[in-house]
Amino acid sequence: MTSASAPIDSRAAAPVRYGSIARGNRRALRWSYFFLVLFVIFFLMPPIYMLITSLKTSAEIGAVTNPWWVYNPTLENYTTLLSQKTFLTFFRNSAIVSVLVVSVTMVVSILAAFSLARMQFWGSAALATGVFLTYLIPDTLLFIPLFKIFAWVHDQTGIELINHWWVLIFLYPTLTVPFCTWIMIGYFSSIPKELDEAALIDGASYLQILLRVFIPVALPGIIAATIFAFTVSWANFLYPLAFTTSEDQLVLPVGIVTTLIKGDVYNWGQIMTGALLGAAPPLIIYAFLMDYYIAGLTAGATKG
Amino acid sequence: MADAVADVRVSAVGRRAGARSMVRKKSFIAFLFALPLILIILCLVVYPAFYAMHLATLSKSMTKFVGFGNFEFLFKRNTFWMVVEQSVLFAVTAVIFKAVIGFIVAHFVHNIPLKGQRKWRGMLLIPWVIPPAMSTLAWLWLFDPSYSAFNWILAHIGVGQVPWTGNPYWARFCVILVNVWVGSPFFMIMYLAALKSVPEQLHEAAAIDGANWFQKIWYVNLPMMRNIIQITALFSLIVTFANFDIVKILTNGGPVDQTHVFATWAFTLGIWGNDLPLGASVSLFMFPILGAAAILILRNVRKRGNEA
Repeated sequence: MTSASAPIDSRAAAPVRYGSIARGNRRALRWSYFFLVLFVIFFLMPPIYMLITSLKTSAEIGAVTNPWWVYNPTLENYTTLLSQKTFLTFFRNSAIVSVLVVSVTMVVSILAAFSLARMQFWGSAALATGVFLTYLIPDTLLFIPLFKIFAWVHDQTGIELINHWWVLIFLYPTLTVPFCTWIMIGYFSSIPKELDEAALIDGASYLQILLRVFIPVALPGIIAATIFAFTVSWANFLYPLAFTTSEDQLVLPVGIVTTLIKGDVYNWGQIMTGALLGAAPPLIIYAFLMDYYIAGLTAGATKG
Repeated sequence: MADAVADVRVSAVGRRAGARSMVRKKSFIAFLFALPLILIILCLVVYPAFYAMHLATLSKSMTKFVGFGNFEFLFKRNTFWMVVEQSVLFAVTAVIFKAVIGFIVAHFVHNIPLKGQRKWRGMLLIPWVIPPAMSTLAWLWLFDPSYSAFNWILAHIGVGQVPWTGNPYWARFCVILVNVWVGSPFFMIMYLAALKSVPEQLHEAAAIDGANWFQKIWYVNLPMMRNIIQITALFSLIVTFANFDIVKILTNGGPVDQTHVFATWAFTLGIWGNDLPLGASVSLFMFPILGAAAILILRNVRKRGNEA
């Protein structure tokens, strides 16, 4: 892993310094804290404002009062939203899609990464580069041709792919698989060759080596890749917006944007509540597995 | 005696053939393991990407081949050149600001005692964790024309109202601001990781030579972090150039198409306007810049691999 996960800061253990350097350091420290507070305010303001608005009644939102303060806090927005059948449908769709996409992604990318990192075959080096390049092709380039391809599939086989939530299970792996494979190749390559050679001599098959040696050793990397895959499939907005339209087929981000904003009438209390609930699953995962999250983030660009 | 020699020779030949078949078997298994990945990439990424090029040469009803007709049509439209200009302005400005803010914040986090760093880093990364579509809704509400919470603060400190997303220039500022807000934590994390790998001895040597804090950053940190700075900026350039969520939700391209980028305009033309070929032509303009950035990244990653 990168040095971020095992930082050794010699200044923390540095001996006490005297005179102007110590004074200079103290002043630098104070300024650092001052600016960090400013940046944290800037970075946390929108989510905090979401929370503030979500606790207000519509009357209070429309009133001319301090928008940064809640005078009559209420959980009304949460109860109405969570008792709405459509909102729960969005949540269910999002959850099913994300869990399935994560499972598919992890199986595909772990197998492929093992094969590309350890068992060469004709063209495997080119494929590894190709995986990296596909990771750089954005969804905004692919959604129009995919739309047409889906229409063609409908004409040929009669299977309607557009406007079904489960089609996202096929689409999201295009975003998650290349990146997860890429970082898993990095993690697998860092495992010493002696380990799998020993297993091979003991008569283990390749599948056994993968299951008994590589997966346990590279578990931190697998957790990081899983978190990434979940975050991406939970947050994607373009594919569901382009491919699903009926209310019962929407996933959470698109559902909140399209159904809670009706014409010119914005019910901001509910929109903010929905947005906060939509942001909650990734935030909760992040809160508990922050170190894995950050390791995955930095591994993607620094592992070569 | 002769029999024994023959025996040895036979078994050696047999062993070599066995080894060869084992290698073949190994590469077959390896190919099998990679097959799902290859299928996903071929069917859902490579094929659609090439199909987009074919699609761009068809007429609106997708029955007639029109060659470069769609591109000629685009080049004659003012909106297209506006979109080109805005996409470039949006991506370049946003990446520069993200890089600068990320660099500065990474230094502040690195400056404070080690045991507090985890907490600050955790708070500062939150914008990156929230799904962009959700956080953009919060910004939309902060920029609301009649209830803007920013305007409330501005009114209280005696500054006039700002039209935020209502005015073309402010709307451009807003989409860039939100993008910077979402993206700079990523830069911060990457630069912080790079900063940790700069050996402390270099700073000590620089301090003995009488370097001030700015010289330490400029002559020690910056050269040591150059590779990560480049890779992160190029990655972000690709993602920012292809951005969709923020512009779509915040302004939907308005006012009067002034904030459209390639992705949102392609969506408007292709999905809403029901002209898939024209939408495909617009989105194809992302290719050159993506390709250039990809080649540069690949070169950097390889270089890094050789150094290690």
